[in-house]
Amino acid sequence: MSGFMAGLRTLDRRWIFLAVGLLVIIPLLFRFHIAPVVPSHRARGFYDAIERLPAGSTVLVAGDYDPGTRAENYPMHLTAVSQLMRRNIRIIGIELYPAGVPLADAVLRVVGAEYGKKIGIDYVNLGYKVGNELVMSSMGTSIPKTFPVDSRGVPVARIPVLKGIENFQQIDMIVSISAGYPGTKEWVQQVVSRFHVPMVAGVTAVSAPEYYPYLQAGQLQGLLGGMAGAAEYEVLMNHPALATRGMDAQSLAHVFIAFMILLGNAAFLGQRKPSKG
Amino acid sequence: MKREIPILITLVSGLFCLIAFFVPHPFVHDLYGDVQNWAIVVVGCTYVLGVANLLRINVRQAQRMEGDWIYKIVLIAGLLVTMAVGFSEGNHYSDPNSRFTWIYNTFYSPMTSTMFALLAFFIASAAFRAFRIRSPEALLLAIAAFILMLGRVPLGNAIHPYIPIAADWLMEIPQNAAKRGILIGAALGVMATGIRVILGLEKTYGGGGEGGA
Repeated sequence: MSGFMAGLRTLDRRWIFLAVGLLVIIPLLFRFHIAPVVPSHRARGFYDAIERLPAGSTVLVAGDYDPGTRAENYPMHLTAVSQLMRRNIRIIGIELYPAGVPLADAVLRVVGAEYGKKIGIDYVNLGYKVGNELVMSSMGTSIPKTFPVDSRGVPVARIPVLKGIENFQQIDMIVSISAGYPGTKEWVQQVVSRFHVPMVAGVTAVSAPEYYPYLQAGQLQGLLGGMAGAAEYEVLMNHPALATRGMDAQSLAHVFIAFMILLGNAAFLGQRKPSKG
Repeated sequence: MKREIPILITLVSGLFCLIAFFVPHPFVHDLYGDVQNWAIVVVGCTYVLGVANLLRINVRQAQRMEGDWIYKIVLIAGLLVTMAVGFSEGNHYSDPNSRFTWIYNTFYSPMTSTMFALLAFFIASAAFRAFRIRSPEALLLAIAAFILMLGRVPLGNAIHPYIPIAADWLMEIPQNAAKRGILIGAALGVMATGIRVILGLEKTYGGGGEGGA
């Protein structure tokens, strides 16, 4: 036993890397369905807030992320746009991450084709604008002045879906899909608290705890945290897809990391010095 | 004058934006919109400065063949080629079949995703090598970590339905209380710093290195 523990203490970390790799890849290749995904009240709040919107409403979808967090943010972005288009809600997309535009374009194009929606008539992507919080604040004054053209270079005056849209007074809800700064926190601080626009957010798991105070205060009506939140949302939409498929891999990786903490402490147990005080 | 003029501009701009927040008059509203657009243009200019600075530093290091000079050449080539392709395609740069989209999908997207995915491997390794339970506080942290890691995935619910309930309680009560305190403290700090900047008491933003009065 002591020999085994001594071996653990000098364990090459590449074995750990190999184990993590296998635990992630195998469930993705062979779907196990280890356990069903149960939606939380946060995901249900997100879903219900969009369900409450009447058809013909206008929603601003902010895709503030880039490929670094694609695994977490892209599935929730796809599902949110699906729910909005299914309910015939007009979508205005914007991105405050320069590398987020192709992802948002792809989401709108893919889901738009699925629901037979037309660019410019049912949805538009205004694209990226430099300035972070300044862009949000400036949109409160005038959206057409902040974004004179959309991501294709078409003047906003010639885009039917933007007809009558001047500022946040004409926006019925904000859907923030966020990887960090600038993102959900800044939308709450700059827009929700000032212009009182209802908002829901889908964020990365690592940043989710930061938004719990906003959720509890009612400034966010729903919150999706990481791939688990996206999977819960897919279940609510009765459309298990990318995130739901990733939950087995994530389950096994979480259990493995917990096991590693226990194993690491067991291996070094005999080596501890008695603590003082 | 070199110091006084930037401080005066900051004072006037800061006070105007504060006043505009509370005054809904159309003249103030329109002027506020213009000021915000000027600020966006200024922020845009900093990106140009950033690119120029990045090129200046890396070209110099590549010329001297210092350290990882080969990576500097890859960086410079990547920057210039991507910029040239992006500019040449204009507003069609994000079309599905554009060359810029090909660069984005083939290089940028997988590389960025890979960097983020590496975290999973390093967290597992760090959990084994660095997370030592040597005190009651560390034990509490470990218990909270176990509950959250299991409670946030479907497997936790399958093991016992109380695990996700305990995870939610941890996140919504103790975590939320601590986070709310941090947020309120940070917000008060930002307000105090903002007032000091507007009044010219905080001058470090001007590059002077003085903390102020």
